[in-house]
Amino acid sequence: MIFRRRRRPAPLSCQELVELVTDYLEGALDEQTRARFEAHLADCDGCSEYIEQMRETIRLVGRLGKGDLPPQARAKFMTAFEDWKTEQG
Amino acid sequence: MMPSATDEEFDAALLEALRRGDEKAFAWVIDAWSPGMLRLARCYVPTDALAEDVVQEAWLGALRGFDGFEGRSRLRTWVLRIVANIAKSWGEREHRVTPFSSASFGEGPTVGAERFNPPGEPKAGAWRALPASWPALPEGELLSAEALAVVRQALADLPDAQRAVIALRDLDGYGSSEVCEALGLTEGNQRVLLHRARAAVRQRTESYFSDRQGRAHGEGQL
Ligand SMILES: [Zn+2]
Repeated sequence: MIFRRRRRPAPLSCQELVELVTDYLEGALDEQTRARFEAHLADCDGCSEYIEQMRETIRLVGRLGKGDLPPQARAKFMTAFEDWKTEQG
Repeated sequence: MMPSATDEEFDAALLEALRRGDEKAFAWVIDAWSPGMLRLARCYVPTDALAEDVVQEAWLGALRGFDGFEGRSRLRTWVLRIVANIAKSWGEREHRVTPFSSASFGEGPTVGAERFNPPGEPKAGAWRALPASWPALPEGELLSAEALAVVRQALADLPDAQRAVIALRDLDGYGSSEVCEALGLTEGNQRVLLHRARAAVRQRTESYFSDRQGRAHGEGQL
């Protein structure tokens, strides 16, 4: 005999979970889905590794740095300031 | 993102200085915000030179508009929106398709189906092989520099809309609601673009590490 716990939602598969990682990190999952997500994560090394790699990816992008403004671009933008000052009289 | 009290105080002081024509304050916002503005503009227009022109135009527009700024968003978000609006109309003039058309959202899974057990098999949808963990990347090491170059190239290769969102969020540090407001995106669409972008960059980084490991093993056997 199969005992069905009807109230319990189906567990997420790894394949489903990886597509929800950003919604999870952004706090955009509804409560029930978040609970299923976290239950899966607590029990799955592969998905734990995957989400850690997504976090590392975010850190790596952050480490690229904004880069310096090319001097000629900076000079151009400061010209906007001079133009505006002239307009102001 | 609702401006926090400190953000509000910061913006109020900055706005006051800009309205009064304080050159130092203007130089500060130019240095702090222009790199992100240029990157954003470049997603709409075809050359770096045009992107510079867009940003110059945006700064002039911002200077003219500071007096009328009502503080309903953060100042930097409002300036970013000016860039997006100008870049969009210039891009259209260059007959470029807007980067935020539905086609740019991409389709299909972000992790290949071959990575998971196929439907019908036991443990369908579970990892076939677990993702291999990545090496630590301390600052200043050669490996880190190489990995960062891979990440930089992966970003460059993204569709424009995905690159715009991931760069604003993860590189320039804008919040999700700031990005939505500046680019005229819904929260849901912003997350789709961010997810696809991050997943693509993760995939490229993973491939780099596994190729590198493969090479190291190959050398070991010589
Ligand atoms: Zn899993």
